[in-house]
Amino acid sequence: MNKNVLLYAAILVFGLAAPFLFPAFKVQLSILCVLIVLATTWNIQGGEMGYNTFGNILFYGLGMYLCASVQVGMFFPLAEWTESGGEKTFVHTPSQFFQGMAAGLVVAAVVPTIVAGLIGYAILGLRGHYFAICTLGLGVAAGEISGGIEIIGAGQGFTTPPFPNVGGLEARGEFFYFLSFGALVLTFIAVRAIYSTRFRLILNAIRDNEDKAEAMGIETMKYKIIGWMVSAFFCGLAGGIMGGLVGYIDSTDVAFDGREMGVFMVLMAILGGKGTLWGPVIGATVFHIFKEGFWTFFLGWQYVALGVLIVVIVIYFPEGIMGWLREKYPERFGEVVDEADRKAQVELK
Amino acid sequence: MDFMVFQYPMITVQACLDGILLGILFALIAYGMALQWGVMNIINIAQGDLVILGGYIAYFMYLYGIHPAWGVIVSPIIMYFVGVGIYKLVINKVVDRDLFISILATFGISILFMQLMNFAFGADVVLANSGYGTTFLFDSAVVLPNSKIFSAFVSIVFAICLVIYMKKSKLGRAIRATAQNARAAKILGVDTEKVYAATFGLNAALCGVAGALISITFTIHPYMGLPYTIRSFMIVIVAGLGNLPGVAMSGMGLGVFEEFADYILGTEFRIGSVFLLLVLILVYRRFKLSRKREYLK
Repeated sequence: MNKNVLLYAAILVFGLAAPFLFPAFKVQLSILCVLIVLATTWNIQGGEMGYNTFGNILFYGLGMYLCASVQVGMFFPLAEWTESGGEKTFVHTPSQFFQGMAAGLVVAAVVPTIVAGLIGYAILGLRGHYFAICTLGLGVAAGEISGGIEIIGAGQGFTTPPFPNVGGLEARGEFFYFLSFGALVLTFIAVRAIYSTRFRLILNAIRDNEDKAEAMGIETMKYKIIGWMVSAFFCGLAGGIMGGLVGYIDSTDVAFDGREMGVFMVLMAILGGKGTLWGPVIGATVFHIFKEGFWTFFLGWQYVALGVLIVVIVIYFPEGIMGWLREKYPERFGEVVDEADRKAQVELK
Repeated sequence: MDFMVFQYPMITVQACLDGILLGILFALIAYGMALQWGVMNIINIAQGDLVILGGYIAYFMYLYGIHPAWGVIVSPIIMYFVGVGIYKLVINKVVDRDLFISILATFGISILFMQLMNFAFGADVVLANSGYGTTFLFDSAVVLPNSKIFSAFVSIVFAICLVIYMKKSKLGRAIRATAQNARAAKILGVDTEKVYAATFGLNAALCGVAGALISITFTIHPYMGLPYTIRSFMIVIVAGLGNLPGVAMSGMGLGVFEEFADYILGTEFRIGSVFLLLVLILVYRRFKLSRKREYLK
């Protein structure tokens, strides 16, 4: 326990100091924080509950649009803003910007949670691959439909309010870094707290055998919906932050980007190890570093690399990094290993 | 919103005919999906990308001066080998695994194909001009391009040929046996590995035919694959596996639905409405089944 406290303190200190240690990588670090949040929330669903979703991108995109719309709509007419270059005519004062951002983030987190609760009963009754394809459809449909709505910019996109002119050149990067790092810390604490309760056991029971869990008297539907709502809350929050960070929202390329972000969150969680607390964190970090390498060196070939990466990870590495570590060092994970048994297994191999 | 549909009855006729001709094509793709789903229990997200690849083969024949209708013969032959290649490289490693693994793996293939096609053929919307002219019906109130009629006719011919092949030939029998019980088929001397490869190849060949026809009648674009996957998935779950008349009917129904969605909601919501329809169908079936305390399997 003592060791854990030290570890968390070290990570927290490193996280707080990171933007000053690596000032050139502030945006990358902020994106990393958002990616970890997304992978962790996907893991609640895909890893712990066994409901593999492609649809969490729905909440991410919803949060992104909601945060920006609230931030603009609180002070200026939204339709005029999106019509053509509203950001040039209307300027947020610093206090307006921060108030709008705060209100926007609250809405961006709360509304997707409500949406998840409302559609949860209908969607979560599906199982296995039907659920996966249904959520894939939801994400793509949301992207296509939001691309046709005029007030949020339709096909031409939505420019989020530019950062106000306060606190020097570095202020924007630092603001968004600490915002996303805050979201990461909040997510991690919340998820860790959730995982230490009976709730995690219920989710695992649903994953392992839903019918039996139901027969044991667990109201599976209730817990499935709650699990989805928790994911939606943090997904929406991450989306809201990412919208401000990117500065420009497009329906299919940024917000409801099932081809990129929607797959990334699945891939990161699987790479790190499904159904573990640290797996998504490690997976997201490794993936982000790896991806940035590809994105700069393999310019233009990144999606080809991504496709190959998905196939390779899924086929050859489905247990992920944590799963591999667990197999290699079971003692570290608190599993009691019979020495003789292990030797026999090694000899068999 | 455009309410022309209700004011001019001829537009309704036009939309229905267009939809039925389009739906026959969808049914052909869905038949391929039902085949491999039934035999290998794999949902191939890359189905639509195979269709688009088949379309590009016909388009390139058109570019080099060969009539694109020959693509209907050439494209399935090439696509058969592409399909077998994908099977040998990827699919045979995920056949017996968790379904989500196969969905994710084929999703990866889909992204890979999408991007490779984007590199190889460019991001332009293209079509192969067949030069078949148009047919006018009802005092030229209804306009039907002959290429659409041609494509529907060819799809029906291919579907019938395949059904006969599956019933009569030795391979067809082996495929059906494997679909019923893979283990029993193996015991009785069927090389299931070969059957799986052939099934995936046949599916890809069907996609090739459909793609060649789509490149003649409509347009193709590297990123247009996913909607075809979703459409065929939808048709299969509405009709059920192994219900061939059902596949044809629900294919046509989907085609008509799409044409009307196009007229009423506007073209920008066409793809969105297809995906939304998928969600609605799944949710409807879920509620219907949950009354009997069952779920979609």
